[in-house]
Amino acid sequence: MATSKAALLLQARGVTKSFGDLEILKGIDLDVRQGQVVALIGASGSGKTTFLRCINLLEEYERGEIRLDGEQIGYRVESRERRRLSEAQVSAQRARIGMVFQSFNLFPHMSAEQNVMLGLTKVRGKPKVEAQEIARHWLDRVGLADRRDHYPYQLSGGQQQRVAIARAVAMEPRLLLFDEVTSALDPELVAEVLAVMQDLARSGMTMLLVSHEMLFVRQVADHVVFMDGGVVAQAGAPAEVFERPATPRLRQFLGRFHGILTGAG
Amino acid sequence: MERGTFLYEVWVARWSLLSGFGITLSASVLTIAIATLLGLILGIGLTYGWRPLRWLIRIYVDALRGIPVLVLILFAYYGLALFKINVPPFWAGVIALAAFSIAHIAETIRGGIESLPQGQTEAAKAIGLQFHQRLAYVIIPLATRRVLPPWMNTCAEIVKNTTLLSIIGVVEFLLSNQQAIARNYLVLQFYLFAAVVYLLINFTISQLGAKLERRYAHFRY
Repeated sequence: MATSKAALLLQARGVTKSFGDLEILKGIDLDVRQGQVVALIGASGSGKTTFLRCINLLEEYERGEIRLDGEQIGYRVESRERRRLSEAQVSAQRARIGMVFQSFNLFPHMSAEQNVMLGLTKVRGKPKVEAQEIARHWLDRVGLADRRDHYPYQLSGGQQQRVAIARAVAMEPRLLLFDEVTSALDPELVAEVLAVMQDLARSGMTMLLVSHEMLFVRQVADHVVFMDGGVVAQAGAPAEVFERPATPRLRQFLGRFHGILTGAG
Repeated sequence: MERGTFLYEVWVARWSLLSGFGITLSASVLTIAIATLLGLILGIGLTYGWRPLRWLIRIYVDALRGIPVLVLILFAYYGLALFKINVPPFWAGVIALAAFSIAHIAETIRGGIESLPQGQTEAAKAIGLQFHQRLAYVIIPLATRRVLPPWMNTCAEIVKNTTLLSIIGVVEFLLSNQQAIARNYLVLQFYLFAAVVYLLINFTISQLGAKLERRYAHFRY
């Protein structure tokens, strides 16, 4: 578990984002330290996923800044004017941030192994043999050594998601983003994906996740952030957020998971 | 073989018919190759280009799809000659057919790319692939699978449209049959013969297409 002394890895300040007239993010501040597992929780529409997508520029944020290792994501400020970085620069930043999606998004025309190798060969420039070795290592680590030649359509949802995790983590990202990665899975397949995530967390990977798996969040996260209406309403250690909700909205939100959370003890 | 029977007349006209067949095939293959390559480029421009570029391509695509191919062929041959641009009839025909088919293929490619799930592009971005890499390794392979059926259709149309080159004096397969008919008056037999040969060419194309579709059936979601 990361202490508060660990180096600051991700720093978001005053991040805003609108879709048309609808302001989704109204100034998000968030810190993630190296090795930390930070969970974003909140009702749907509270902006969790949008914020996560701003971090690797799948959405463009409007004001504020997001810094990874001190370097601003997506933009540089030149004589007070914000300029978007070039395609090559943005891609290089994205390669340092892994992302796992709700809908897996494996490349359907590639086997599990090829899915993991693509970024290694084309982005990291690794020779094929080395990329294959890394891909096999990570597929083994997520329990899919015997499925590496399978195509996505030959894999279950849980297996596809584990390949997607292997694809993201094989790039050795500084930070891994998880966007509701178990929401599209049949209930009996959720556990195998959560187990892989827990294994990664233990190995010291820095993770930022949006999740509705409250039990998992409570057990694995170092820091929980409750988002409500496009702002951070409360943040702190899981015990603090789950046991001493400061607002009626958070109490109401957690109430929905009451049975699960008291079971967690 | 008796003089005046169909098979005898085919034998007499064999070199002319073979040459016509060769010209039909080469005009088809050249047109398909040019139209596919440029159609792919315009289709990508139509999907991802800057707004002014998209407008330009859009104007081209809509204009060309609205003009009869025959008019394009006549223009490419006689029209360009008026501007002292002398193009041999074969090439004038190929240019006109390609110009027409590019518009169709560009529109097909755009549709194919836009029908891909957004998640594919996002996953490709997330691992750090740049635009040209996303195109090369993810978008184009997947879109190709999607547009295979309409593309095969366009190829069959191109083969049929090569018959129009006879208007500007290209002795392609249809005209070589007509020339035979002019000697032996076996009108029905030779037109039927031509119809069967075109049918066979397009049957081969559609079989090839079906085979490709099966080969890449796993490009699905």
